[in-house]
Amino acid sequence: MSFVEYGDTIKDGDTAIVFLGHESMFPVKVQHGTVTQTKYGVIRHSTDLIGKKYGSKVTCSKGGWVFILHPTPELWTMNLPHRTQILYSTDISIITMMLELKPGSIVCESGTGSGSLSHALIRTVAPTGHLYTVEFHQQRAEKAREEFREHGVEHLVTVTNQDVCKNGFGVSNIADAVFLDIPSPWEAIGHAKSALKAEGGRICSFSPCIEQVQRTCLAMEEYGFTEINTLEILLRVYNVRTISLQIPDLGKAAEDNSSTGFDSSNPSNQGSPCANLQQGTVQFKSGVPLREMVGHTGYLTFATKS
Amino acid sequence: AMEDGLRPGARICEGDCAVLKRDDVFKAVAVLRRRKIIFEKQWFYLDNAIGHIYGTTFEVTSGGNLQPKQEVEETTTETKEAGTDNRNIVDDGKSQKLTHDDIKALKDKGIKGQEIVQQLIENSTTFRDKTEFAQDKYIKKKKKKYEAVITIVKPSTRILSTMYYAREPGKINHLRYDTLAQMLTLGNIHAGNKMIVMETCAGLVLGAVMERMGGKKGRYGSIIQMYPGGGPVRAATSCFGFPKLFFNNLHEFPLSKVDSVLSGTFSTDTLPSEPEDNALGEEESNGLTDEKQTSLQETEEESTTEAAMEINQTEEQETMDVNAEDVEFKENKEKEDKENVREKQRKQWERRKKLIETAALLREKNADGLIVASKFHPTPLLLSLLEFVAPSRPFVVYCQYKEPLLECYTKLRKRGGVINLKLSETWLRNYQVLPDRSHPKLTMSGGGGYLLSGITVVLDKGKSDSSNLEALKMEEPSSKRCKVQDLHC
Repeated sequence: MSFVEYGDTIKDGDTAIVFLGHESMFPVKVQHGTVTQTKYGVIRHSTDLIGKKYGSKVTCSKGGWVFILHPTPELWTMNLPHRTQILYSTDISIITMMLELKPGSIVCESGTGSGSLSHALIRTVAPTGHLYTVEFHQQRAEKAREEFREHGVEHLVTVTNQDVCKNGFGVSNIADAVFLDIPSPWEAIGHAKSALKAEGGRICSFSPCIEQVQRTCLAMEEYGFTEINTLEILLRVYNVRTISLQIPDLGKAAEDNSSTGFDSSNPSNQGSPCANLQQGTVQFKSGVPLREMVGHTGYLTFATKS
Repeated sequence: AMEDGLRPGARICEGDCAVLKRDDVFKAVAVLRRRKIIFEKQWFYLDNAIGHIYGTTFEVTSGGNLQPKQEVEETTTETKEAGTDNRNIVDDGKSQKLTHDDIKALKDKGIKGQEIVQQLIENSTTFRDKTEFAQDKYIKKKKKKYEAVITIVKPSTRILSTMYYAREPGKINHLRYDTLAQMLTLGNIHAGNKMIVMETCAGLVLGAVMERMGGKKGRYGSIIQMYPGGGPVRAATSCFGFPKLFFNNLHEFPLSKVDSVLSGTFSTDTLPSEPEDNALGEEESNGLTDEKQTSLQETEEESTTEAAMEINQTEEQETMDVNAEDVEFKENKEKEDKENVREKQRKQWERRKKLIETAALLREKNADGLIVASKFHPTPLLLSLLEFVAPSRPFVVYCQYKEPLLECYTKLRKRGGVINLKLSETWLRNYQVLPDRSHPKLTMSGGGGYLLSGITVVLDKGKSDSSNLEALKMEEPSSKRCKVQDLHC
């Protein structure tokens, strides 16, 4: 396995994802002789994991079972240990497309943070591209290097521990794209420009506050970037539910169902509301929004180096 | 030669696939000499653009030629006259002293757009009363109208998906570009995958997948494109300008044969009707297949060597049929006909061979992912095509409408072998960011379609109990209040 290449069977040293049920999962480092505790019981790596096919069902000691999944950057994003606030796949998706990333791309990123975006970028530029990621916090930089090593992608990424606003990305004139997620991105625009290739490079800056966005857009303009565009993207999730609503009692006689407005004569019609006049309910399938959703992560500003 | 240090592909070359851009309007074109292009109410030739760098902005000269736009010094900010608000500005339509005819005369004289804008400003009685912001807005608006500049950019998923959504959303089932972006990431599309793609989006989704799987040396991995009707539509795919290498390991397979592959009865006896030679312009048919009777007696063997031997036999037969007393013209005509028939046979033999190979790839049932984005109801597509996907791999289905995905979700739960099902849509908003004038833009897309995504797991066949248990375990626990009314699917 690797985060950039699929494997079929679980091997010693892999990072696998244990899936327990609805939105309940966690990563596990597969190792001979180790055991992992779950609410369904114990998983013994040597017998239950190593050699099994990814996607297999594993029965735990108490009798309950889990699925073992192949890691992907998206699953990693949902399960990684947070050292900082991270970017989620919704933002990551649009960033990847708007920066025109693909295999062979050279990308610069700062700050590395918890490595959520980093893993996704590495996956996209593999096997011939490279990620240069800059993190000013020494421990986080070291932790990131460690994780990339564990995940088998260290050949695709260089972690530099420095302040991007003062010292840039450590490369010049080679990047296809630059990504900034730092408190004062306008201070790094100049460095971003020099890291980017001569023509057509793309830049993206992520900021929670509109004031940061304003200063960044001004800086981009000053440095001659074109096609400056700011957007935000939100994810709306729907839960699929069969809903039953009661038919109100309007005082009608039991036999007179002509004006309830429901047709109970073909209950087998999938998808259309189905009235059960005996029970006084109508059933239908619905995509119900969540009670609360993520409203705002940040504004994304894109531009092209001219 | 790249003496100037630029990457290969940085300069506009004849034969390239390029995209014309003016503000937010795009148009895909082929870079060919002496080919008249019409774009944004202007017509011109691309000849002069050849050799320039992608991203260059051009102006259209009176001869219909392109000329790189000079960087002009913006009129320096001397303290210009401006008002404080519009309480005294009356919009009577008379504030501009230049008439339509005056402006037309300026244009005919060949006066540059910049100059026209300057003239408009000078001849506007209300300009100096406007606030600075209003003046800014006025200048921007006039520039947009009279300063026709065109930028030539390289095609990419970003640009083509934006273009198609704006120009021909019907052709792509109203798949908005951010939704496409989600699909590529949720599907973990990357180099080395074995992907199954089923789309009726003019080949845009296919192109996007290919882009994420391709590098300088070619494309890594393989793609099987499923298609309805006679052949896959790849009109949008060709706009990407991929090198020939990218098309290695791109296979196609007719949907009409899927059931036979699943049931083990696949044969190449009846092929879907042949696509037109020029497949680029074709709209795919709605799954209708013609029974094609070939002129040869075909055996039921799938072996390719048998087919080859047959063709050799008929060749021998034909060469023995020569009548020595024929007029030379007739001989040549016969020769030509033979050539055509041979070519047709050869093509058909090739097609069968490819079909057999692709069926074998599908039968391995080890695809790394499935992407569906079509006008068809998603449920039957998913239920069959998922059979070809390995366990622990992502799949993503796009539908313009939510309801079919509700049904799809339900059927998938019943089937089992999938987890982490998620039905979602993305909400996208563009912003205007200017000092003291930042706000979301006026117009927004009402909807960009819906996605159903999930991950495959090993399917527990023959144990319907356990798949129900699984379904229940994978379901979200319903809130207490709804327990009475809710029924799990």
